[in-house]
Amino acid sequence: MIELVEVTKVFNRGRPNEFTAVDGVSLRVEPHRVTGLVGPSGSGKTTLASLIGCMARPTSGRILLDVNGSGSLSGLTFPGGEVTSLPERFLTEIRRRTFGFIFQQFHLVQGLTVLENVMLPAYPTGEPHAVLRTRALGLLEMFDMSRKAESKVEWLSGGETQRVAIARALINSPAVVIADEPTAHLDTKLAREFLDILGDLKSRGTTVIVASHDPLVVDSPIIDRIVRLRDGRVDDGAAD
Amino acid sequence: MRRWFNAQRHILELTLSALLRRRGKYLALVTVYTLVVFLLASVMFFTHALRREAATLLEGAPEIVVQRLVAGRHDLIPTAYADAIAEIRGVTSVRPALWGYYFDPIFGANYTLLVPEEFTHGPGNIAIGPGVAGASGSEVDYILPFWSSEGRLTSYTIAEILPAESELVAADLILMAAEDFRALFDIPEELATNLTVSVRNPRELPVIAAKITELLPDTRPIIRDEILRTYDSIFSWRSGLLMFILMTCVLAFIIFAWDKASGLSAEERREIGILKAIGWETSDVLQMKFWEGAVVSLSSFLIGVLAAYGHVFVGSSGLFEPVLKGWAVIYPEFRLVPFIDGYQVAVLFFLTVVPYTVSTIVPAWRAATVDPDAVMRG
Repeated sequence: MIELVEVTKVFNRGRPNEFTAVDGVSLRVEPHRVTGLVGPSGSGKTTLASLIGCMARPTSGRILLDVNGSGSLSGLTFPGGEVTSLPERFLTEIRRRTFGFIFQQFHLVQGLTVLENVMLPAYPTGEPHAVLRTRALGLLEMFDMSRKAESKVEWLSGGETQRVAIARALINSPAVVIADEPTAHLDTKLAREFLDILGDLKSRGTTVIVASHDPLVVDSPIIDRIVRLRDGRVDDGAAD
Repeated sequence: MRRWFNAQRHILELTLSALLRRRGKYLALVTVYTLVVFLLASVMFFTHALRREAATLLEGAPEIVVQRLVAGRHDLIPTAYADAIAEIRGVTSVRPALWGYYFDPIFGANYTLLVPEEFTHGPGNIAIGPGVAGASGSEVDYILPFWSSEGRLTSYTIAEILPAESELVAADLILMAAEDFRALFDIPEELATNLTVSVRNPRELPVIAAKITELLPDTRPIIRDEILRTYDSIFSWRSGLLMFILMTCVLAFIIFAWDKASGLSAEERREIGILKAIGWETSDVLQMKFWEGAVVSLSSFLIGVLAAYGHVFVGSSGLFEPVLKGWAVIYPEFRLVPFIDGYQVAVLFFLTVVPYTVSTIVPAWRAATVDPDAVMRG
C-alpha cells in the first residue's frame, strides 16, 4: 500500500515564479488495483505521480510505502516504510525495484535497439546479461514485439513505441506501474489496446497508477478508483 | 563483485553504442586527440632515443680529449705534447687522433673523416658509413674521389661499408689510414687534430685535466662527461624548442576537447534525464560518462603513441629531421634503436587522458544531479 499524508510540492520556492503543484494531498493507493489520477492540465497529476514514484521529494508531508505489507520493499527495509527523507541513492534503488514508469512521450533512447531499450533500466543492477536478455525477450514476446527486438526504436510506429515503453517499465518486475498521460499521443484504437494491457497487468497483481485527463481512460471499466485533482488538491466532492 | 562487473559491462556496452551513434562528433575528436598525442610522443621518443644513442656512443670515447688553442680557436696539436702528458701520474696512455670534415661538392654532403686506432685495410683504402654509401651509390671495391687541400684529385678504394648499428654518428663517417689522412689535408707527421688521454682512475679526471692545463697552457682538456652534457643540453634545447611549438597545438586541442567534451547536447541531456527517470543513479550516469571519456582518450592515446613509435623507430622521424638532427645532410635511412622511457609515457598519459576524462564527467555530473522528475514534466 502507498500512503500520502499532507503532501505538498512547491517549485521555485522563494522566487517570484514560486508555485505550488501539489497542496496538502492525503491519499491511500490500494495494492493490486488501478488508480486513476484525473484532472485538467496543471492540476498536479504528473507531480503527484512523480512524488509517489520517488522521482522527487515532497516539500512537506510524508509518503509511506509498504508494497509487501511488511514495512519493506523488495528486500529494502526502512523505518515505517517512509521514503520522504531517504537519500537519493535509496530513492533510486526503490524507484528501480518497485516502480515501472510509462511516460507521456514514452522517452525511449534513440539510436538503441528495442531490446536494448527494454533492458536499459536493469543495466545498473548487474544482473547477468543472458538472464536479462531472456526476460526482455519474454516481455517483448508478451507484447508481440519480438520480431522487432533488433530494430532501432526510431523506426517504430506509435503503437509499437508504446508497447516497447510498457515492456521497459516491466523489466525489473515492479510492484507498481505509473503511467503519465499514456494515451495522449495515441489514437482511440491504440488507447483501448493500452487499457487492455493495463487490465492484464492488474490481473497479474500489479498496482497501476494512471495520471490522465483522457475521457477514454477516465471512463474505462478497468479503473478501480478515480482520484480527482484540481489546483493541486484532491477534489473531495468528486472522489469516487 | 560479480554484479558490479556485470553492471560495468552493461554500462560500457551502452557507452560504446552511444559513441557509435554520435560517431561524427567523436571521430573528429579522436582524430585531433590522436594527432596531438602522436606529435608529443614523437618528440619524446625521438629526443630520448637520440640522447641515449649519443650517450652509448660516447661511452666508448676517450676519457679526456686534449685540444690546442691558438687565439681561442682549435688548432692542430704537436704530437710531442703526448710525451709530456704521459708523464703525469695516473695517465695510462696518450694517443694522437686525426679527424676532420670534408665537404663533397659532387653530392653536396659533409663527411666526417676519422683515423681509427687500428685501420686494418691499409693505405689507399677507406671504410665508409652507410649514409655515404647510400648518397654516393657506392659499394665495396668502388672508388671514391677526394680533392686534397692542394687541389689534387685523389681516389680511395672502398674496402668496407660500416654496419648501421648507430646511424646517427656512423652515417657520414669515413675511416682511413693515417698516411692518407695526412696526405689529403697536408698535415705533417708531428701534428695531430687532438690527443686522446686514458686515465686509470676516473675520479682523478678533473685533477689530471687541471695538471694538463698547468703543464701545457695553450691546450684545452675536455672531459668525456662534459661532452655528454653538451650533447644532452643541445638535444634538450632543441626538443624544448619543439615542445614549445607543440604546446600551442596542445592548447588549441584543450580548447577544442573542452568544448566537445563539456558541451552536452540537448539530446545527451535528455538521455541522461531518461536514464535517471528509469532508475539509474547519478553514479551510474557518471560511470557511463567516465567510460565514454576513457574509451575516447585511451584509444586516442594508444593510437597516437603507436603511430609515434612507428614514426620514430620504424620510419625515419620524417617530421623532425630538419629540427633535431643538425646540419649533416646524409640521413637517408635514419633509424633509432627503440627506447621508451616509461616515466615520460606516464607523464604524457596523465597530461592527456586524465584531464579529458575529467572534463567529460563534470558536465554530466551537473546534468545527472537534476531531479529525475524533470523528464516527467518535460
